[in-house]
Amino acid sequence: MDQLKLEIKEKIIAALNLEDVTAADIKDDDALFGDGLGLDSIDALELIVMLDKDYGIKLSDPKEGRNIFRSVETMAAYIAEHRTK
Amino acid sequence: MNKTFYIQDYCEIRDGEIRLNGENIFSAGEDTFSGFAKKAYQDLDLAYPKFFKMDKLSKLAFLAASRLLTPESNTALVFANRSSSLDTDLAYQQTIRDKAAWYPSPAVFVYTLPNICLGEISIKYKLYSENSFFVFENFPAAFFPAYAGLLISTGKAEEVLCGWVEMLGEEYRAFVYKVGNKGFAEHNEQNLNRMI
Repeated sequence: MDQLKLEIKEKIIAALNLEDVTAADIKDDDALFGDGLGLDSIDALELIVMLDKDYGIKLSDPKEGRNIFRSVETMAAYIAEHRTK
Repeated sequence: MNKTFYIQDYCEIRDGEIRLNGENIFSAGEDTFSGFAKKAYQDLDLAYPKFFKMDKLSKLAFLAASRLLTPESNTALVFANRSSSLDTDLAYQQTIRDKAAWYPSPAVFVYTLPNICLGEISIKYKLYSENSFFVFENFPAAFFPAYAGLLISTGKAEEVLCGWVEMLGEEYRAFVYKVGNKGFAEHNEQNLNRMI
């Protein structure tokens, strides 16, 4: 699971062009939106694309994203359970 | 008779160099615009992380405007170029060209209009002013004085930032200047043709 969390952090940094952030800067339970990493609604859409592209997970209900993208911890748990690739 | 307005300051970006009022303020020997833009951002100490999420056209316009604008001023933005947002349109097309791997990028899509660069500048400098983006075959030396003059004469703006920001592939060029009631040269077609 730790390897998956690290992979997710690196993918978030690359996909969202977080130039000044390293994987070590993101704690597993840091909020990704709001006061945490400060991601916005376009970033959320980009994360949905990332789940589909890299892990074969299609989110049919956008409301699901609110819980899944709460932190790297919640993303990793969801990906581990639902990934198809 | 039409009132005369003046060019106050101008910034040029081309060939890995930024010049403010004719003087070099930054140069980098980077092979790509993205590499150049990143170094310029750091060197000019812009401290605005959203810069890295912008498309190349917005980065170019943002860098060129960064030394000319006063936050929260009543400065209208009137920009133009030849290739519109084609550079980003092509990048977006790359994300949807493969039917077997069809992953349209929302972050790229939001930049598939040229006037988005004006929104980025307005957000950063808290401008609530008029802004317009036009597409012309060549630098519109007659259009800018007429349009900027109209904006100031009719009270729509106190100053106008005019800009030619062309971006396609690794070909880029910015010529951005501020117009107001005072300045070093009359804002007219002849002077612009000499400066561009």
